[in-house]
Amino acid sequence: MLNSTAFLSPKTLESDIEQAPTRNGYGEGLVRAGENNEQVVALCADLSESTRSEGFQKKFPERYVQVGVAEQNMATVAAGLALAGKIPFMASYATFSPGRNNEQIRTTIAIGSLNVKIVGAHAGVSVGPDGATHQALEDIGLMRMLPHMSVVYPCDALEARKATEYAALHKGPVYLRFAREKTPLFTTEKTPFQFGKVGVFQEGTDATIIACGPLVHEALLAAHALSSQGISVEVLNCHTIKPLDKEGILASVKKTKAVVTVEEHQVVGGLGSAVAELLAKEFPAPIEFVGMQDRYGESGEPQELLEAFHLTAPWIEKAVQNVMKRA
Amino acid sequence: MSNKNEHTIQDLEELANTVRQDIIEMLVAAGSGHTAGPLGMADVFVALYFSVLNHNPKDPLWEERDRLILSNGHICPVRYAVMARAGYFPIKELKTLRKLGSILQGHPEPKLLPALETTSGPLGSGLGQASGMAYAFLKINKTRQRVYCAMSDGELQSGNTWESAMFAGNNRLHNLTGIIDRNNIQIDGNTEDIMPLEPLRQKFEAFNWHVLEVDGHNMQQIIDACNQAKAIQERPTMIIAHTIPGKGVSFMEDDYKWHGHPPVKVNHPEEPAPKDQAKIALKELRTLGGKIRSEHE
Repeated sequence: MLNSTAFLSPKTLESDIEQAPTRNGYGEGLVRAGENNEQVVALCADLSESTRSEGFQKKFPERYVQVGVAEQNMATVAAGLALAGKIPFMASYATFSPGRNNEQIRTTIAIGSLNVKIVGAHAGVSVGPDGATHQALEDIGLMRMLPHMSVVYPCDALEARKATEYAALHKGPVYLRFAREKTPLFTTEKTPFQFGKVGVFQEGTDATIIACGPLVHEALLAAHALSSQGISVEVLNCHTIKPLDKEGILASVKKTKAVVTVEEHQVVGGLGSAVAELLAKEFPAPIEFVGMQDRYGESGEPQELLEAFHLTAPWIEKAVQNVMKRA
Repeated sequence: MSNKNEHTIQDLEELANTVRQDIIEMLVAAGSGHTAGPLGMADVFVALYFSVLNHNPKDPLWEERDRLILSNGHICPVRYAVMARAGYFPIKELKTLRKLGSILQGHPEPKLLPALETTSGPLGSGLGQASGMAYAFLKINKTRQRVYCAMSDGELQSGNTWESAMFAGNNRLHNLTGIIDRNNIQIDGNTEDIMPLEPLRQKFEAFNWHVLEVDGHNMQQIIDACNQAKAIQERPTMIIAHTIPGKGVSFMEDDYKWHGHPPVKVNHPEEPAPKDQAKIALKELRTLGGKIRSEHE
C-alpha cells in the first residue's frame, strides 16, 4: 500500500499516468526561483532549449548568461558570478558538466563552497538514441566525492521543480540531476520534499528498496507486484544522495534487514555505494544493486535500454527476491 | 599604505626589491615552492597594490574594492609578500608559507585569507572567474569595481583560458584587465620550445581584446598601462608584461629550471651553482647586484 502521508498520485500504479520529463520541472523551478530572488542567474552552454533554461532566458534576459560550447568556462564564470553575490544555476548535459569540467568545479566552486548550482541534464541511459557518449552514468559519483557538494536527483518533474526552488535557497554548491525522457508524474503538490530526508513512498517489513530519480516509479511497480506474492516492501525515495539520510535509511533497514538500491547510474560510486558505505559501518545487511553494472550504455529507445540493462520493475522484483534469500 | 599618492616611483621600486627578499626568505623557510615567477612579478604586484587597485587592507572585503584574481596560483608568494607589506597581515606570518595551519597555503585559499578572492592553482581558470565577476559588476549590478586577472604565459596553453577570452571579448567586459606574466618559461622549458604562444598580441586582438605591452620591471609603464586600460571602452584589456623570471638574482634570471624550485644549500663541490643560494640571492638583492658596495656582512 502506498504511504498516504506521501500524497502520491492516485494513478501512480496505472498505465495511463500523466508523464513529463524532469528537466521540465527544472525549467519551471528556475523561473520561480528567479521571480523570488533577483540574485538568481542562469548560465547555459548552447543547450538552452534542451536543458529547459530558455524559460528563464525569455523572462530574465539580463540575468541569463550564454557561454557557448564551453563547459569549463561556464564553471569558472559561474564561480565569478557567485563571488559577486549571484546565485548561478549552470546547465548542460551531465556528461559535459560535471563531466568535462570536473576539475573547474572542484577548484573554483567546491573548495570554496561557492553558491553555485550545477545542473546536469540528460542523465542516464534513458537519453536513448544519442548513445554512450551522451548518457551520463558517473556524474553522481563525481559530485558525491566532492566535500561541500550536495547531490539531488528528483523522481519526477514536480519534485524536480521543488528541488530547483529549494536549491536556490540552499547556501552552498548543489548538483541537480535531470533526465531527458518523459517519466510518470506520480507525486503531487502535497508530496513533501525535504532536502536530506528520504520520502517513505511505501511502507513494508520484508525488504527496503532505496531508489532515486524516475526509477523510483519502477520501484513502486515492483513493490506492488511483490505484494501480490505476499512480500511486503518498503520503498524509499532517496532524492538527496548527499547528504544521505542516515536516520531514515537505518530506521527502515533495521526493520527489513534486506536492501535493494536502484539508480540509473553506475553501481560503482552512486546511490548504491553511498548506502553500502553507510550500512557497512552502521548496520551490515545484504544489498542488491540495480544499476549499470560497470559498463557504458548504447543507442536504443529509452524503454528498450532500461529493459536491456535490467533497470525496470521486473528486475527490481528479482533483486528483492534475491536479497531476501540472503537476509 | 593603500593611499596611492604617498608613494614615488622610487619608493615602489625599493619596495619591490624588499618583496623579492621576502620571497627568498619565505621559500627557504618553506623548503619548497616556485621562485622564478614570484621574483619576476614583484614589480607588477607592488604597482597593483600600491598604486592601481582601489582596496583597503583594513576592510579586505569592502564591497566596492577592485578584485584581483591570481590565476597562476603558484606565484602566490609574491602576492602574500606584497599583501603583508600593504598591511593585510603581519609580515612575520610570511615565514609560515606552506606550513600546516598557515593562512599562506601552497596555492591560494581564500577561506583562510579572504582577500585572495579565489581558490587557484590548477592553471587556466582565473580568467573565467575574473570574467564572471566582471560580468556581474558591469552587466547585472552596474557597479564600478574593476577586475584584474594576473596570469602566466604558460597557462595560456590551456583551453579554458581561450574559452574565457572569447567570453570576455564577446561581452565587451571593459571593466576587466588581464596582466600576463610574459616571462617565456614554464616548468619543462621555454614556452616557445614547449608549445609556442606567439604571436600572442594578435591572438588576444583576434579575440576582441585591447592589448598593451609593457616592460614588466618598469614601474611607471605598468601603472600607466593599468590606467590606460580604464579608459578603454567596449573591450577588455590585456597587458602583456614582459618580465625576467628570477629577476634580481643573477643565477636565477632567465633560467626555466628555477620555475618550480626554492633556493637550497648545495653540498657538492663540483656543482657550479652557488653554495648557499639563498644567502647569495639575498645579498645580490640587497646590493642591487653589487651596485651598492658599502655592504658589510
